[in-house]
Amino acid sequence: MAYSSFGTRLRILSGAAALTLTAFAAMPSAAHADSITLYNAQHEQVVNLLAKDFEKQSGTSVRIRNGEGPAMAAQIVAEGAATPADVYFTENSPELMLLEEKGLLNKVDSATLATVPTRFSSPTGSWVAVTARENVLAYNTTKLQPSQLPQSLFDLAKPEWKGKVGIAPSDGDFLPLVSAVLALKGEAQTVQWLKGLKANAQIFDDDEGVVAAVNRGAVATGLINNYYWARLHAEIGDGKTRSAIYHFGNGDAGALVNVSGAAVLKSAHNPAGGQKFLAYLVSDRAQQLMANSHVMFEYPLHAGVAPDPILKPLADLTPPSLTIEQLGDDSQAGKLLRQAGLL
Amino acid sequence: MSEALSAGPPAVSTVPARARSRAPRGLFAAAAFSALLVLLPIAFTFWRAASFGVGEAVDLIWRPLVGELLVNTVLITVATTLVCAVLGTAAAWFVERTHLPGRRVWAVLSAAPLAMPAFISSYAWVSLSQDLQDFNGALLVLSCAYFPLVYLPVAAALRGMDPALEESARALGCNRWSSFIRVVLPQLRPALLGGMLLVALGVLSEFGAFTLLRFHTFTTQIYAEFRTSFDGGGASLLACLLIVICLIVLAFEFRVRGAARYERVDRGTRRAVLRYELGGWRWVVVAGFALLTIVTLGVPLGMIGYWLTQPGAAAVTPADVSPELLFNATISSLGFGLAAALLTTLLVVPLAFLLVRYPTRFATLFERTVFLAQGVPGLVIALAIVSLAVHALQPLYQSATLLVVAYAMLFMPIALVSVRAAFMQAQPRLEETARALGLSWSQTLFRVMLPLAGPGLGAAAAMVFISVVTELNATLLLSPLDTQTLATQVWADTSTMAFAAAAPYAALLTGISLFASGLLFALLGRSALLGERG
Repeated sequence: MAYSSFGTRLRILSGAAALTLTAFAAMPSAAHADSITLYNAQHEQVVNLLAKDFEKQSGTSVRIRNGEGPAMAAQIVAEGAATPADVYFTENSPELMLLEEKGLLNKVDSATLATVPTRFSSPTGSWVAVTARENVLAYNTTKLQPSQLPQSLFDLAKPEWKGKVGIAPSDGDFLPLVSAVLALKGEAQTVQWLKGLKANAQIFDDDEGVVAAVNRGAVATGLINNYYWARLHAEIGDGKTRSAIYHFGNGDAGALVNVSGAAVLKSAHNPAGGQKFLAYLVSDRAQQLMANSHVMFEYPLHAGVAPDPILKPLADLTPPSLTIEQLGDDSQAGKLLRQAGLL
Repeated sequence: MSEALSAGPPAVSTVPARARSRAPRGLFAAAAFSALLVLLPIAFTFWRAASFGVGEAVDLIWRPLVGELLVNTVLITVATTLVCAVLGTAAAWFVERTHLPGRRVWAVLSAAPLAMPAFISSYAWVSLSQDLQDFNGALLVLSCAYFPLVYLPVAAALRGMDPALEESARALGCNRWSSFIRVVLPQLRPALLGGMLLVALGVLSEFGAFTLLRFHTFTTQIYAEFRTSFDGGGASLLACLLIVICLIVLAFEFRVRGAARYERVDRGTRRAVLRYELGGWRWVVVAGFALLTIVTLGVPLGMIGYWLTQPGAAAVTPADVSPELLFNATISSLGFGLAAALLTTLLVVPLAFLLVRYPTRFATLFERTVFLAQGVPGLVIALAIVSLAVHALQPLYQSATLLVVAYAMLFMPIALVSVRAAFMQAQPRLEETARALGLSWSQTLFRVMLPLAGPGLGAAAAMVFISVVTELNATLLLSPLDTQTLATQVWADTSTMAFAAAAPYAALLTGISLFASGLLFALLGRSALLGERG
């Protein structure tokens, strides 16, 4: 009797297991009536904030998958037409250029494109620029004086900087810097520069790691996007900040301005909802939210929206003269990093 | 009866199962399915790697970085294994062979770090000091996490050892130290080596701790490849290299395990083991154990506690810790844990039954295949499953089902050990009686074998549950859209250095793991850990 009741229990259990599995299997398809799926490579905290506000405004819910920019772009390519994504939002333009070249993007509504300066967005109107961020050199203020800082990004590959540079070559933000150097100087000089960096640099996984190491003095300088220093500063306050940022001048490759943008995929299940989300991202409301929330330290591109006061005004920056097209799609950057032993 | 007829040749269907040479086809097929499931991602990884041209593959493997990774990976594996060997053996010897004050407490505390995932203690140490990184940090965290893998088998071996040999050595003039080196240590060899190889496999597969501690090995590089190119690029080539290293270790482990069976000393009645007096040294040893406990458990739990009281900084916190998010993440973790525990246990039952009742060459082959999963890092399996799903199994892609199946692939070896042992203990005579009385083999399985093996099945399920809740790699790569678990939340917050935000998730995760492990220990493990009955 005891045995057979155990058998029954076991059968009930396996039934429950099957049910649990089916319930889990059913989960992803239980999409809301009006929702979009966002593949997000921008910072989670910013996008969570924006998504909630957008949901409140439009009634369209946003389902988010987070990841690293280059990986998500490659993922969308691999998924092809079956991708669940409606919108892709990322930190760097080359990933969007890659999807544009592969013909995976829908045209963005012209009203949305008109909201931001055209030089930042896709040349063919396939994606819209949302914000911009600057490449900078963070340095530890107890270890270095501003006068000791390098004139150019290329100086960091010289022997005198051995052990004094932090980089994050597998961070999505490093690839565009390599692409910029490649576009400006050609392959031979780029590889030479990367090999010099390889000899000099301490390697980190991401910009967060680099800027934290610079601040605590584990490494004297670090190549990062300005965003990360501002964020660390906001987190730890003036008292614990032992670092500052340095802008490469005179159109040096190191002063590259990266464009963060978004696109609606051709295979989108809800293209109208996707377009609505893009329009929202560049709207005055969303851009003000980003600029004033103290979680986003990028330059809003909507005319008239001022960036966080900790940032140097966008008009005062001296980035290298490269168009979005010249910067390209990062397709060579990974190869060069491997050649130099950084990946 | 009709079931039995269809399952095997009619002429032998009434003969007790043991006497039959061939397993029922359904059983055989189910066991084969489990083995194939494990083989699938491994084979796929090699197939992907093979799709590179020779020149391209050589370019990708023969680069400076791979050499550095190899050195890092081998160094940290060897160093951690040695530290664990010394730490685990010393702890086991003091607990089992001396009159150590509070030895029961120390026995439990020496095994408890197994329930503390390495990436959680990395989080704690990193948040304590950012300087604790690279090789030294990794060595500290991993040694703390893995030394119980040496402690447990060595303690068991010390308990089971015949004191006569040691007494003879002492009588023949060996002092304490030389009798340990010349008599005790050789007898410990199978247990010690087996434990060390498990440590080595754990370190080779470790990913979360290395990333948080910023120490670069094969696994962190495979993840970097994933981050820069999704499933393209050289990840599969690096993965193949890592699999080969792991399989070499696994092969050694098989040999040691095989040898252990032959070297076991007779288990007849014997006197209680010799215990040494520590004299004045005992407080030094107690202080040592206290220090070990502080480092392995005190600091991680203390840091989690500390961060629980700190407010999170908005700028670095991916999401405000709301009760709702916390609740959802907990439910996801528990749900995945339960579903995977059930599926994994169900998948290994046919194979375990086949192994115990029809131990043919095929059964052994299936068993070995399942154990391969033990030697393949979770990150590699997860990556293969992502690729496989996106290219060939679209409907399952990004589904919760696929993640549960991935867990099953990863943790079948753990479940198999326990379920097979349980079936072995079930007396075949009872099964034969049931068969003779006319039950089909499936009825026998459900009404006789499974109830007898119940505790073993429960243990298997519980161990899989704990493994799943604390799993990071597969969860990170395969979790469905909009689904966060406790582990992925700790990961997301820690990698942006939002330590306060990570704390509630880390606390819950550790709490569940410690609680479930404690439960498992209370129900089944007491005799294994303390050498007591019941």
